Amino acid sequence: MMERPACPWRRPSIWVRLSRNHLAVLGSTIVAAIVLVALLAPWLPLVDPNLTAPADRLQPPLSPTALLGTDQLGRDVLSRLIWGTRVSLAVGLSATLIAAVAGSGIGLVAAYVGGPVDQALMRGIDMLMAFPYLLLALAIVAALGPSLMNALLAISVVNIPFFARAVRGATLSLVRREFIDAARLAGYSRFRILTSELLPNVMPVIVITMSTTVGWMILETAGLSFLGLGAQPPQADLGSMLGDGRRIVVTAPHVAAVPGVLILVLVIGINLVGDGLRDILDPRLKAGALSRPVARTATMPAQRRPGALPSTGPSEHGSSPPLLAMHGLDTQFEIGREVYRAASGVDLTLGRGDSLGVVGESGSGKSVTALSVLGLVPTPPGRITGGSIRFDGTIDLLDVPLSGLQDLRGGRIAYIFQDPLTTLNPLMPVGEQVAETVQRHQGLSNRGAWAQAVEWLDRVGLRAPAEKARAFPHELSGGQRQRVVIAMALANRPDVLIADEPTTALDVTTQARILDLVNDLRRQSGAALLFITHDLGVIATLCTRVLVMYAGQVVESGPVAAVFATPRHPYTRGLLACVPVLGQPERALDAIPGLPPPVNRLPRGCAFADRCPSVVAACRQAPVPLRPVGPARTARCLRAEDGLHG
Amino acid sequence: MLSYVAKRLLLAVPVLFGISVIVFLIISLIPGDPAMAILGAYATPENVARINRDLGLDQPLPVQFGTWLAGVLQGDLGRSYSLNRPVVDEVADRFGPTLILALASLALCSLFGVVAGVAAAVRQYGWTDRVLTLLVLIGISTPSFFLGIMLILWFSVGLGWFPTGGMYALFGGGGVLDLLHHLALPAVTLAVVATGVIARLTRLNMLEVLRQDYVRTARAKGLRESAVIGRHAFRNALVNVIPVIGIQAGFVLGGAVYVETVFQWPGIGRMLVTAISMRDILLVQGGVLVVAASFVSINLVTDVVQVALDPRLRTVRR
Repeated sequence: MMERPACPWRRPSIWVRLSRNHLAVLGSTIVAAIVLVALLAPWLPLVDPNLTAPADRLQPPLSPTALLGTDQLGRDVLSRLIWGTRVSLAVGLSATLIAAVAGSGIGLVAAYVGGPVDQALMRGIDMLMAFPYLLLALAIVAALGPSLMNALLAISVVNIPFFARAVRGATLSLVRREFIDAARLAGYSRFRILTSELLPNVMPVIVITMSTTVGWMILETAGLSFLGLGAQPPQADLGSMLGDGRRIVVTAPHVAAVPGVLILVLVIGINLVGDGLRDILDPRLKAGALSRPVARTATMPAQRRPGALPSTGPSEHGSSPPLLAMHGLDTQFEIGREVYRAASGVDLTLGRGDSLGVVGESGSGKSVTALSVLGLVPTPPGRITGGSIRFDGTIDLLDVPLSGLQDLRGGRIAYIFQDPLTTLNPLMPVGEQVAETVQRHQGLSNRGAWAQAVEWLDRVGLRAPAEKARAFPHELSGGQRQRVVIAMALANRPDVLIADEPTTALDVTTQARILDLVNDLRRQSGAALLFITHDLGVIATLCTRVLVMYAGQVVESGPVAAVFATPRHPYTRGLLACVPVLGQPERALDAIPGLPPPVNRLPRGCAFADRCPSVVAACRQAPVPLRPVGPARTARCLRAEDGLHG
Repeated sequence: MLSYVAKRLLLAVPVLFGISVIVFLIISLIPGDPAMAILGAYATPENVARINRDLGLDQPLPVQFGTWLAGVLQGDLGRSYSLNRPVVDEVADRFGPTLILALASLALCSLFGVVAGVAAAVRQYGWTDRVLTLLVLIGISTPSFFLGIMLILWFSVGLGWFPTGGMYALFGGGGVLDLLHHLALPAVTLAVVATGVIARLTRLNMLEVLRQDYVRTARAKGLRESAVIGRHAFRNALVNVIPVIGIQAGFVLGGAVYVETVFQWPGIGRMLVTAISMRDILLVQGGVLVVAASFVSINLVTDVVQVALDPRLRTVRR
C-alpha cells in the first residue's frame, strides 16, 4: 500500500464537527427538507401543475382549494412550486457537477502535466475569467438558442474557472510530495496517479468549491429562466415561475413572491452549509483562528482578583517607591476548555535607573509578563486573573481605565518589540510612525512632531535621517528598521523601557551595535530597563539584576554577578552551562535534557522536577515557594543551598 | 507609478485580444448555418449571400476572425438585422445607462460593504457582528431579479416613492434629480449581493490585519482605538479589499441584465435579452464585447488604486 497523507474524509470528526455548527445544521435542515419534498413530488397529493382552470384564476393564498393560491391560468401555485423546485434543483446540481468534473479535470491535468499544457489551459481559464460572469453565459445561450439545457450548459461553463483554479492550486502543492514520487516509481500510469492518488487528496478543495458555487448556479439558472432564456413553457422552474409572476405582481403578488422566497431560502440554506463546510475543511479559516485582539487584555476586576491592591493609597515602600512593582501576576490563555498558565505568580520590581534582565527559554512566560504590564497580551485568548502591577507607587496598572492606560503606553512606559519588519506598519513612512507617537503624547503640531521624529532617527544613528524618515519599512534594512523602532520607543523619554528580544531578528554585528545603542540611550535618559532575552551574555553586559523564568514562574532572581557566579536553582545552572565561552572550544554545551511541562498541565510540585539532576521526593509533593537565599536573592528550590556544593 | 500604469495598460492588450477571440467564437458555436441564424426571419437568399460575403463566413475561421477583428478595430460591429441599424450605434446608445447603473451600484456596494465589514470586525462576536453577518448571508443569497420585483412592489406601487421604471433616455428632460430618482431602486437592487461579498471579505481582512504586530505597536504607542483602527488597521485591510471590488464589478455588470429587465432600464443588458430572443447574434457580440472591455478597464483602475495605496507593490514588482 502506498502511504498517503491523512484524508479528511476518513476522519469521523468532520461530521461531528459539522453537527456542532448550529448554523450549518440549520442550513442542512432547510436544504434537506426542500430536497426531500422535491423528490417526493410524484407521490404527494398534488394537482397536476399544468392543469389550467380559468374559472379559478389568481386565487389568493390560503384559499380553500389552493393552499398557496393559483396563477393567472388558474394553475395551483403549490403544485407548480414543488415541481418547479425539482427542475431548479436538478438543473443547478447538474450544472455544478458538470463544472466540477470539467474544471477539476482541467486543474488536475494542468498541475500534473505542467509546462506548456499548464500555460495554455490556465491562459484559457484567465480569458473566461476576464468576462463578467453572467455575460459569457448569455453569449453562449445566444449562440445555442434559449432552452433549459443550454442554460445549464452555459452556467456550468462560466463556473469551470473556479474549479480549475482551486484544484490546480491544491494539486500543485501535492505533485512534489513523496507519495506521488513513490507511485511514479511503482510504475503507476499517469491516469492512475491522477485518479487514485491525486484526486482523493484534492477532494476537500472540490467539495469546498462545489458548496460555494452550487448556490450561485441555482440562482443563475433560475435567472436565465426568469429572463425567458432557460425553461420554455410548458416546462417551468422557479425562475420562469417568477418571470411569469412579474407581469401580474401588482394584482397578485403571491405568484411571484412564492417562488422568489423559495429560491432565497434554498440558497441561504446552501450557503449556511457551505460556510460550515469551508470552516471545517479550510484550516486557514478555522473558527477562532481569526479572533482579533481587543484594545486591552481582559483583566479580572480588582474585587475578584486575588492579590489586587486598593486602587490608590500610600505605597508599602514609603518615601521612594520602585517605579514598577509587580506582585503575583497571573496571566493565562483560555483556549476552549484548556487553561494555559503563561505567567503564574510573577513578582518583579524595577527601580529608577535599574536594568533588569528577564531570561528563560521560549514559552517560559517572559514576554507575557512584559506584555501584561500595559495590557498588551492578546485577548482572546489572554486574561489576567490575579496580582497587581503598581506604577510609580500610586496606581495599579491593571485597574487603570483604558484611556489612562493609553496615556501611559508609549509615553511613560514604552516597548521595543522583537521583529522590526512585522512591528512597523508597512503602508506608512517610518518617520510618520515615529511622529505619530510624539504627537500623541506631546501634543505637537504635525511639523513639530515630524521635526522631532527626524531628530530621533538621527539620534539612533540612521544616516540621512530626513530622507530615511520618508522611506517605507520595506525600503530599510533589518538593522535600520530596529533603529526606527527604538526611536519610536524613546521619543517620549519614557521612565520605563521594556525591550522584548530586540535583537533576535538581526545578524550578530548589528545585534551588538543595537545593544550598545539601547544601553547608551538608556543611560542618557535615565530610563529603567526591562530587558527580555534568552541570551545570558546580553544580560551580563546590559543588566544589573536578573530574573530567571521557567514554565511561567520566576525560579531565581538577584544581582547578575552573584547569580551567574553561584546559581542557586538547577535550571539557572543548566542555562549557564549552555553558554559557549570564547577560548574554550572543548567545553561541552550541556543542553538541559527534556522539555518544560506544558503550561496547561503543570505538576503540583516543582515544574522543573522531571529535568532536575538533584530532584528529591519532596520536590514533587507540594508547590515550592520562592524564598530568599542570600543578599537580595531569591530562588524557587528546596535544595538551593545544596547547589553551592554541587 | 506612471510606468506602472503604462505597464498595466500594455498587459490589458492580450486580455482584450483573448476576449475578442472568445466573442468571435460565439458565432462558431451556432448549430447549423450561422448566416441563417443571424438573419432569422430575414433569411432571404440575397441576404444570406450578402452576410456570407460581408462576414466572410465561407472562409476558414482564422480568416473570418481577421476580417471581423479588422472591422471591430474600425468601429464596425456589423449590422443588426432585427433593428436594421449598425450594431455600434445601438450599443453606443445603450452603453451610457448601463455604465451609470453599474458605477452607482459599485459605489454603493463599496461604501456599505466596507463600512459593514469594518463594523463587524471591530465588534467581532458582539451583536453588531451577528446582525451584520446575518444580513450579509441574506444579501449574498438574494436573487436580484426577485429583490427588484419586491422593491417595485413596496416602494413604487405601495409607497409611491420611486418610479417603477420608465427611464427612456439618460437626460430625457428630467435633469440629474430625475435621473437619481429613477436610478435609486435599480442601483440598490444591483448592489445588494456585491455589498454582502465585500462586507464579508472586508471583515475577514480586518480580522487578519488586527492580529498583526503593527497593530499591537500602534496600541503600544498609546494611540486611541479610533486611530488604531482607522489609520493602521483599515488602510492595510483596504489594500486587500480593493481587488475584491474589481472582481465584484464583473458580477455587477452581469447582474445588470436582470436589473435592467426588471426596471426596464434602457441599457445593454436589456438589449442583450431582447437580442437573444430575436437571435440577433451580431448585436449580442457587440454588447458582450463592450461590457467585457469595460470590465477590463474597471479592473485596471482598481489595480492602479491598489498599487497607489501599497508602496510595497511599487518597488517589489519589476
